[in-house]
Amino acid sequence: MTAPTSLRRLAETREILLCCGPGGVGKTTIAASVALLAATSAPGRVLVLTIDPAKRLADALGLSGIGNDVVRIDDETLRAAGAVPRGELYCAMLDMKQSWDDLIRRHAPDARTAERILSNPLYQNITGRFVQSHDYIAMERLHELHSTGEWDLIVVDTPPTRNALDFLDAPARMEEFFSSRLLRWLIAPARGGILGMAARPFTQIADKILGTQFLADITEFFLSLQSMYGGFIERARAVSRLLSDERTSFLVVATPEPAPLREAEFFLKELARRKYEIGGLVLNRALPESLAHHDTELAAAELAAQVAQVASETAAVLGADPAATERVLAQTASSSAQWSVVARREAAARDRVATAAPLVVTVPSLDDEVGDLSGILALGRVLGAPA
Amino acid sequence: MPTALLERRLLYVTGKGGTGKTTVAAGLAWLLAQQGKRVLACEVDAKGDLAAAFEAGKVGFDPVQVPSGPLVMSMDTEASLREYLKLHLRIPVIGRIGPLASAFDFVATAAPGVKEILTVGKFCYEVRAHAYDVIVVDAAATGHVISQLTAPQAINDLVKVGLIRSQTDWMLEILNDHDLTGVVVVTTPEEMPVLETIDLLRNLREQTDVDVAGVVVNRTLPELFGVRDEALFAEIAAARPGSLADARFDGVFDAARHATARRRLAARHVATLRAALPEGLPLAFQPYLFARAEGLRATRQVASSLAGEFS
Repeated sequence: MTAPTSLRRLAETREILLCCGPGGVGKTTIAASVALLAATSAPGRVLVLTIDPAKRLADALGLSGIGNDVVRIDDETLRAAGAVPRGELYCAMLDMKQSWDDLIRRHAPDARTAERILSNPLYQNITGRFVQSHDYIAMERLHELHSTGEWDLIVVDTPPTRNALDFLDAPARMEEFFSSRLLRWLIAPARGGILGMAARPFTQIADKILGTQFLADITEFFLSLQSMYGGFIERARAVSRLLSDERTSFLVVATPEPAPLREAEFFLKELARRKYEIGGLVLNRALPESLAHHDTELAAAELAAQVAQVASETAAVLGADPAATERVLAQTASSSAQWSVVARREAAARDRVATAAPLVVTVPSLDDEVGDLSGILALGRVLGAPA
Repeated sequence: MPTALLERRLLYVTGKGGTGKTTVAAGLAWLLAQQGKRVLACEVDAKGDLAAAFEAGKVGFDPVQVPSGPLVMSMDTEASLREYLKLHLRIPVIGRIGPLASAFDFVATAAPGVKEILTVGKFCYEVRAHAYDVIVVDAAATGHVISQLTAPQAINDLVKVGLIRSQTDWMLEILNDHDLTGVVVVTTPEEMPVLETIDLLRNLREQTDVDVAGVVVNRTLPELFGVRDEALFAEIAAARPGSLADARFDGVFDAARHATARRRLAARHVATLRAALPEGLPLAFQPYLFARAEGLRATRQVASSLAGEFS
């Protein structure tokens, strides 16, 4: 497909948009804005899925406790926020534990196996306490939602960059894991009992480190899971295909500050290496462009140099206290000078990435934080404008 | 009185992604080194940002001395495993561990907590070995740090016997000793970082016995105007009489407006944070760095303002 000329076009022509990037750049809000943009620009069913452990979509959308279910934001709510819905907007969050449990129940060969897996202490730890399995289940959930065929567009919010990379690799890793010789090798002798394993050197070392009971738990766990391997591998492959499908595109989100931007560039490189489609780069929370202008700097210096005179004229016109006016104008000038430094640094960074993606969209820092639907709507309009 | 932050021996610096925890970890390590302590600064996620904060180039598992600063290293679980095997099983491993590493990878994937314990275990080991006065960890982001800090307990629950089990007890002792170990939570005066900080503090309290030594609010903007001056500024910005009406002053007023709006928002979030903090927990403020956002110069500036906050 040819590169779209705006995010709006991109959202209209793709089925899956993955928003990725470093932490703290407003990814969740951008994902929600793109989804709302899509739901207000064309008919269709749009779903925004947040995979972030912090479950922030609920906050950004002013919703809470929507759990693992898909929830529709009704037209009335959208209209109240100033939007004119043309499509339908839904949102969903990833409840890790719930998703794993559902997955096991759905794909286990029978109820007994499902219960055996669900009650294994290892399973409970994998799903409840640790995060590595998060990446995999996120992809499973995306696959599950996409394969229902219910959505015209799914916008996905992902965990921060390094995690997001894990998340891209998760299906392949899962496949590798389940087809590993080591796994088969570990499980095979277990059928003959733990004692059969004891002779193997690996088992001896592992036993010394971990203890027999623990090894038995591991073996039991994977024996129960074995019936589901085929399905795991099959779906992992399906997810990999889905990510490289031409209907899928990636949006990299960053702020124009040095560290987040470096991460975003790294991420763009990785996406390109994996031959995924890069839809665009969003530079969120940019300072007003006027701050980087050389004229602004000159004006601030001029104001600082002549502050007493300007203050007395200004105070006279406004009928204000001259001393206070001078104080305020001096502060204004020095604050402007400080922010110009930051703005110039940002401008240089923006120049550097100007051609890093087919579409680079800059979103100005808004005076108020985007915390409700109308804010998300406004952001969506900025995002959707032609580049 | 809890042991002061700068007196502890293991500082676990965490916070939401993007809040600048690496900068704060680097600043703390630099500050402690300036106090004459032998400091080990360790990066957990191997991005190289901590090394960059000291201009130390590429750093691996073997610590590198920063001139008149701390020693810096980067966590590597395979290297940590090798060290672990050598120290505890007396199995010297030369070169790559080969099949053992893949076996370990397998167990680590199958048995979550194993990787985390090699990370946490390394720090606890360094506390016990006393080769350093203090270990500053540029730890994982909020979501992952709980699983790292709870790993010894999780392993304890899962593994009933064996060598790992015997190791977790002393690790827990070190982690749970409030005189030795302290978590430092870094945030910014923004909505989501503040909410995540409050969540993290609650989760740490509910799921671990690890003490929080302090909260650092990074990138705090200076107050531009007092309340009365702010009203006057709004008046001037709206009227812009005389020479101020010229378009070349647009940017100047934009900047000040931007600064006051951000500052006002920040004040609201700091108030939320303050209200949620347990009594007596030190709250430090780190000014926004206009001129330099990274590198050793920034690290030194952070260190000197942290010195003012924590000493």
